[in-house]
Amino acid sequence: MSQRLLEIHNLSIEYHAEDAIVYAVNGLDVSLDYGETLGLVGETGAGKTTTALSSMRLLPDGIGKVSSGTILLDGVDVMKCSDAKIREMRGNVVSMISQDPMTSLNPVMTVGDQILEVLRIHNKGLSKAELNLAVDAMMEMVGIPAYRKNEYPHQFSGGMKQRIVIAIALVCEPKLILADEPTTALDVTIQAQMLAMISELKKRLNTAMILITHDLGVVAQTCEKVAVMYAGEIIEQGTAATIFEGRYWHPYTRGLFGAIPKLDEESDRLEAIDGLMPDPTEKMVGCRFAARCKSRGSHCGQAQSMWEVEPGHLIRCCLFDVERGNAQ
Amino acid sequence: MNAGNKRNSGNAKKARRFFRILFARKEIVLCIAILLIMVFCAIFAPFVAPYNPYKQDLTMSLQPMSAQHIFGTDQLGRDLLSRIIYGTRVSFSVGIVAVAIAGSVGMILGLTAGVAGGFVDSIIMRVMDAMMSIPMIILAIFLGSILGKGLGNVMLAVGISMIPGYARLMRGQALTIRESDYITAGIICGASTLRNVITHIVPNCVSPIIVLMTMNLGNAVLAEAGLSFLGLGINPPMASWGGMVSDGNTFLNTNPVIAIVPGIFVFLIVLCFNMVGDAVRDALDPRLRGTL
Amino acid sequence: MKSKFVKMILKRVIQSVIILLLVTLMVFLVMQTIPGDPIQIFLGPTATKEQIEHYTKLFGYDQPVLVQYGRWILGLFRGEMGRSVTLQKEISEVIFQRLGATLMVVLPSFILAVIFGVTFGVAAALNRGKLIDSVVSFVANTGMAMPLFWLGILCIYFFALKLHILPVQGFVPPTKDLAECIRHLIIPVGILSLGPLASFTRQTRSAMLEVIRQDYVRTAQAKGLSRWDIILKHQLRNALIPIVTVMGGALGHMIGSTVVIESIFVIPGLGNLMITAIKSKDFMVVQNVVLILAAAVCFCNLTVDLLYGIIDPRIRDSK
Repeated sequence: MSQRLLEIHNLSIEYHAEDAIVYAVNGLDVSLDYGETLGLVGETGAGKTTTALSSMRLLPDGIGKVSSGTILLDGVDVMKCSDAKIREMRGNVVSMISQDPMTSLNPVMTVGDQILEVLRIHNKGLSKAELNLAVDAMMEMVGIPAYRKNEYPHQFSGGMKQRIVIAIALVCEPKLILADEPTTALDVTIQAQMLAMISELKKRLNTAMILITHDLGVVAQTCEKVAVMYAGEIIEQGTAATIFEGRYWHPYTRGLFGAIPKLDEESDRLEAIDGLMPDPTEKMVGCRFAARCKSRGSHCGQAQSMWEVEPGHLIRCCLFDVERGNAQ
Repeated sequence: MNAGNKRNSGNAKKARRFFRILFARKEIVLCIAILLIMVFCAIFAPFVAPYNPYKQDLTMSLQPMSAQHIFGTDQLGRDLLSRIIYGTRVSFSVGIVAVAIAGSVGMILGLTAGVAGGFVDSIIMRVMDAMMSIPMIILAIFLGSILGKGLGNVMLAVGISMIPGYARLMRGQALTIRESDYITAGIICGASTLRNVITHIVPNCVSPIIVLMTMNLGNAVLAEAGLSFLGLGINPPMASWGGMVSDGNTFLNTNPVIAIVPGIFVFLIVLCFNMVGDAVRDALDPRLRGTL
Repeated sequence: MKSKFVKMILKRVIQSVIILLLVTLMVFLVMQTIPGDPIQIFLGPTATKEQIEHYTKLFGYDQPVLVQYGRWILGLFRGEMGRSVTLQKEISEVIFQRLGATLMVVLPSFILAVIFGVTFGVAAALNRGKLIDSVVSFVANTGMAMPLFWLGILCIYFFALKLHILPVQGFVPPTKDLAECIRHLIIPVGILSLGPLASFTRQTRSAMLEVIRQDYVRTAQAKGLSRWDIILKHQLRNALIPIVTVMGGALGHMIGSTVVIESIFVIPGLGNLMITAIKSKDFMVVQNVVLILAAAVCFCNLTVDLLYGIIDPRIRDSK
């Protein structure tokens, strides 16, 4: 079996807050090949960012704990490797584009220095001149003139700050980019631009990407594979084609798509999904969506498994239990 | 009406929450207890103190600690414990009165500057800046030298020297709130400036002012002790802990208790004031953590 | 954008001059309200009318108040501060002599407080919740409540009277005997540094804790930076602004506290000068000393503003 870039197996993550334990991720399985793009979709609080952070071992010290499971990144066990090893991988093998560009940059360092910093750590052999050339080239690639590299973050607009963040993430040509809602904090007009640029750079550098978002439209534009997350679990996985086609859907996914206004259909109201996500401080057995599900049944209280409803399309719902003959 | 009821229960809830946070840590409860004991001593000093603090008995001068005189006697034969108990009166009265003076005058000045703006603002704040550029102790000594010695003058001197801090704080608050939307709404509704000030600005500023006051109590006590130590504070034979340390300095070799023990009490009261001040700040508004 | 910053600093310098002039005015006016004639007090009750008249004229106290003030201010611009009645010397001379002694106590104190305060504060912030944090916080709280004069007496008692390893009091100029000078300065400098040290520790700790929660720290971690790199280049630099603010204020406060220190340890500094001048009602000396101290504080504040501009580029570009 050839090595896959990222293999997450039965991952469970807890946050230990002052008075309660939050079960953020529960038994998550996901994997990614080199060069692939995965869209990780879900509401706020589903556990998407937590999963991404854990694959770089960046959970908040002391508060975030991986209680079970393994994460293999480029063949390395992220949880068990040494500090030096994980630091070697951060920024170099895997990097992150975070959500809010306004606060992700150090306000007292020039943008050039911030890009240079990550390049220098992972390329100790390069001379100063070579490093500077690389920084300039990267800045041009994201569309910021190189002569601005001695300016400070507050001198740039939101969109340009995000480009700098992208430059920092890509300058070492990592194998995997974790893009955590990279366009959410930006104007709608800039969003399209940013996504196009990310896609192009990704193709040029042949990087794999996990794009975290709550916006299905963004996923449709950029991702080959899609995974839908709900309450700390992946409840549906498949290629973009199968998911967007919609022959088979998890009830939650159906709700998500139903909530998108369609220009070519007449309707009175948008369909909303009743209820709220379950309380993350409570450990649950059985389907976590059952309380809000219109197709609720008697088997929903038991532990759920993934069912392959069509080639390359998995859904975690007892409705698709082939053995029981419950396939829709 | 209903809105009024809601506001009342909101206030009661806030008060409960405040006290819950305040008493959360054991150290704070201990500090508050110590302060209460001292307040008790201050109020009931004549009943608590075993001897008359002013009664001199030169035959008993400089006695070491004993069963009769728990802390011994000073150079004039006065019982040290009694003088320490009476000393709580000086410390508390100076602390509270000085902070009250500084708070009230500072608040008025700051409000005026913030609300009036323009020339009035400039003048008031320049004078405050000038006062702030003189170190507080120096200013207190300076004012004390004009007013002379005596308890009232010490209160005045220390109080005046702390005014700029409150003025600046109040002005800042007034400026921020002046710009906010609900003031504009008030003006549109035709409310006069004074009414705006009283109903909107003051309640919002109360919180940081209270925090500053509790934190300044310790400084005020330290200032009085320092002034009395330098001989510029209270008039003898009044019992002030600072003055007692100064008296004791001369006899350090033979009877160090006179100098050391009153100092311990100064330290204790200031420490308790500071810690309670921190706790009050955390309970009222933890956001102020970085600023005050 | 540098010129905007330079303009801002110049503006602050001019403001400081105005404030100092205001200080002179306030101090002068206040001193006029003090009852008692400095000449009479100096000469004592046996002075004759002629003597009093002579000296009053000599020191210019017969002139109208406004003229006296004007002469003082103009003299200041020439570097002259007037004559002291009690010391019979040029005040500027006296102040210059005394300034040296005061600075020899204040400056080493400040440096000590900065070095140890920031170190302890960083250590406490990095080990939040652990024993070292609690210990450091406790010591810091204690240090801030400590009455200076009491600590001074305590140290004299232990180190000088009981253990005999350090002198009780006094001041030896470094030019005369460096080792003795240092010996005499150890306790005063050490004590003076404790309060600010405690304050810096607290401020550093809380500033660092604020910074630790910031997003750009996570970005730095995601780059693969080592822990120390992150602390030094990303966290500390951003935490410096509130820390530097506190340091400016502390230096001003320390300048005031020397009054007590000099009194206990009999160090011939500015604070001591002020106390004696007040007791002997030598107004001119008091006025000038207060002015010098205020000028020192203004200078500290200006330096802090300058440092802000250096540390935080956002300030350089704003109004």
